[in-house]
Amino acid sequence: MRERRLAAVRPSQGLDSGQLLLICAAGMLTVAAISHTAAVGLEAPRVAVGFGALIAAGELARLTMPGNREVAPVSTAAALGYALLLDVGGAEARHSALQVVAVMAVGMIAGGLPHVAVGRPPRLDAMARRLLAGSLLAFAYRPFAHSLFESARDRPGEHGDWWLALGVMAVLVTVMLTADVVIAAMLRAEQVRTAFGVALRDEIRMGAPLGAAVAASGMLLALASHSMDMTALPAFAAPLLVTQVAFRKYAGIRATYLQTVRALSRVTEVGGYVEPGHSRRVSQLSLAIGRELGMSEPQLLELEYAALMHDIGQLSLRDPIPGGATVLADPAQARRIAELGAEVIRKTGVLHAVAEIVRRQCDTVAEGPPAASRIIKAANAYDDLISGSTDRDRAAAALERLRLAGGTEYDPAVVEAMARVVDRLVLVTRL
Amino acid sequence: MRELPWPAKVYFVALVGTAGLLLARGTLMPPALTGVDWSTLLVLALLFLLCESVPTLLNVPQVAVSVSYSAALAAVVLVGPEGAALVGLTAVFSVRPGLPLVKRLFNGGQYAICGYAAGWAYERAGGTLGLPHVSDFPGILVPYAAATAAFVAINFVLTAIMLNLAAVVGRDQVSLRSVAQFLASYVGYAIFGLLIAALWSTVESISTVLVLLPLFVARWALGHYHAEQRSYDATIAALCQAVETKDYYTRGHCTRVSAASSMIGEEIGMGTERLRAIRYAGMLHDVGKLGVPTKVLQKEGRLTEEEYAAIQLHPMRGLEIVRGIDFLDEAYAGIMHHHERHDGKGYPMGLAGPEIPEFARIIAVADAFDSMTSDRSYRKAKTIEFAVAELQKNAGTQFDPLMVSAFVKALGRDGWHPPETVPVPPGDLPVETTMKDHDDPTAPIQVVSER
Repeated sequence: MRERRLAAVRPSQGLDSGQLLLICAAGMLTVAAISHTAAVGLEAPRVAVGFGALIAAGELARLTMPGNREVAPVSTAAALGYALLLDVGGAEARHSALQVVAVMAVGMIAGGLPHVAVGRPPRLDAMARRLLAGSLLAFAYRPFAHSLFESARDRPGEHGDWWLALGVMAVLVTVMLTADVVIAAMLRAEQVRTAFGVALRDEIRMGAPLGAAVAASGMLLALASHSMDMTALPAFAAPLLVTQVAFRKYAGIRATYLQTVRALSRVTEVGGYVEPGHSRRVSQLSLAIGRELGMSEPQLLELEYAALMHDIGQLSLRDPIPGGATVLADPAQARRIAELGAEVIRKTGVLHAVAEIVRRQCDTVAEGPPAASRIIKAANAYDDLISGSTDRDRAAAALERLRLAGGTEYDPAVVEAMARVVDRLVLVTRL
Repeated sequence: MRELPWPAKVYFVALVGTAGLLLARGTLMPPALTGVDWSTLLVLALLFLLCESVPTLLNVPQVAVSVSYSAALAAVVLVGPEGAALVGLTAVFSVRPGLPLVKRLFNGGQYAICGYAAGWAYERAGGTLGLPHVSDFPGILVPYAAATAAFVAINFVLTAIMLNLAAVVGRDQVSLRSVAQFLASYVGYAIFGLLIAALWSTVESISTVLVLLPLFVARWALGHYHAEQRSYDATIAALCQAVETKDYYTRGHCTRVSAASSMIGEEIGMGTERLRAIRYAGMLHDVGKLGVPTKVLQKEGRLTEEEYAAIQLHPMRGLEIVRGIDFLDEAYAGIMHHHERHDGKGYPMGLAGPEIPEFARIIAVADAFDSMTSDRSYRKAKTIEFAVAELQKNAGTQFDPLMVSAFVKALGRDGWHPPETVPVPPGDLPVETTMKDHDDPTAPIQVVSER
């Protein structure tokens, strides 16, 4: 869903330069790793195939988290486990970093193929990121693998000391996850045009819980292979499977929620209260302005809900306002619609912040409404003035009118942010 | 304790007594607990306590499964039956404010018995105590499975007896499906215990952190999932009600149709996912009604063909609105065709009999029933008996007889709460009322023939 909206904001749906760079790097690395492994031969094929199969299974079961983030926790954890592997049931694991990359790449491609077969094209950038993160860890860790194995190996009569190995694993995995989050934030900042700092905070918020689970499971897998031999692979899948199921449910309900509010916001259009597409356009414009102003993802979600439902109060009116343009309706009535809409949303018992945003969408700057309300007020007025036209002069005229009322009716900062957003939009539609 | 019936009291005393005896025998009689590693036992007991204090809500809403028993199973392997019983006993001290002492004692007692039994089963099936060695795998799986089976079975039986004696949960309240799910997740958790035991030889207590971290993250995600799900249900209900405010008399219609539809769905044996979909389909079936101009609904007397066409369009409008909601899927057809008739004289497509999607046949029955049993501006609510008779009369012409009989059966079992009588709207307030209800089979819309 998110993709569609992005496409509407920026019709050029091609990949960003950053994404392209990432995919190229991953592709080159894959080719190098596979050809190298083919040349020197596969070290410990049984282990490689076992881990490769787990990676493929994890890739098959990938899921999309809120914000259109594709993740494959089981696959990533298996890759971590293979990169961190010291021994399998006492026999030292001597595979090179390049072999780790090759196994990962083959596993990911194998797991991605069924998706392609049923018509779900792979998200190349997400796959490339997963591959590169795993490779990073492999290249940093594999050179130490032998000395760590020596310190941890069981000697006759006593168990080995695993604390050093565990420490090194924990540090390197943390570094890898940090790098991954930074790359993700950079890509996202470019993709949705937001500040890097905001994107970084969003990525950490979204990625930290799952990242911690994946990291713990990866280390677990490496340790379990020592004490359980290959039995570790199926046994290990259990904790992560539970996590995966929980996250899939969570991601599913989040997506459904957004889809439902988007869909139901259209009842005002079907009822003839507002012009077709009004709610959707206002929410898209509001989101773009919110990003421009550096709002974080949870704030943007509230903004989107409020923008989609900002006219829901009209349903309580006896008859639709002619043309539905609330900017031209009389202010008292507009305020009543806002109150009625907030009343409807408050009935959910949960979306209190959204109700408050909707309630204050008509407030003047002096009344100090929340930022989201100010954005919706301006976006709503703009859309009423141009009513879906993409004409450049009309857009400029509408902006000029908002600027004139800047400081009293509309927040000047919001209007300026809107001017920048609209400028980009018009530019793109013209091309 | 006082409110428990006497069989439950007897059972409780017997259970706690047995647990006490087992523990006394295990701890006092040599040679048990001589070679026990007390630090291992302590860590496992702490782990058990921690997990017991934060029960993980799983798929089954009524039953809280805690992962604590994986710690008890790890103790079975590492320390033996007496150790496992001691670990289980710590449930008495779990940090759950408000948990009465009786329940604590019961939990502690039954976990101790379960732990002891699991340890016994493990040894009987040929398992060896102590740190598992690499060569034990995968052979250790057999005794471990025996221990798990003993633990789960005894835990289940002991708890079920108590619940039954105390009459907390009726027998038919716990469906077979949820029991199966419950047992499956229980067995799944057993693996964690094995992982903890297996990793003990490398990093000792840290292994529990590595095993449990993903679980706690899962719990976090599930918690968010449940919160979002509740929030979603509330939001969809509120939005549907907002759509209904246009007509004073149809308030609450969507929630009632949703309830009646899911009653029928349950009766004909739908699975969880489809039940969920039919619930939302019932809720959303009339969102397209806003597209019908108010003046058409408020018009008294016959409608022109054009006006009737506007009414007939509403299922399509509804479909148009909800099409963006992916998971509804099958429910789309239910919303689009909920005014088709069994004899093929309905709208919008004129489908007949089995051509009409199942969801639509269900919603049609629920829709008409609620319409008849609520007040309308032009008549009072009919009684449930009258509405049922009317449904049965029209079964085979307007309604699918199968769905009607399923609904009648479900009504007999669960009953029905018709909406309260709507007070006549006070004259000075502007309220919307309609003279037409397109759902009402007792007052079909009259159309003027324009020929």
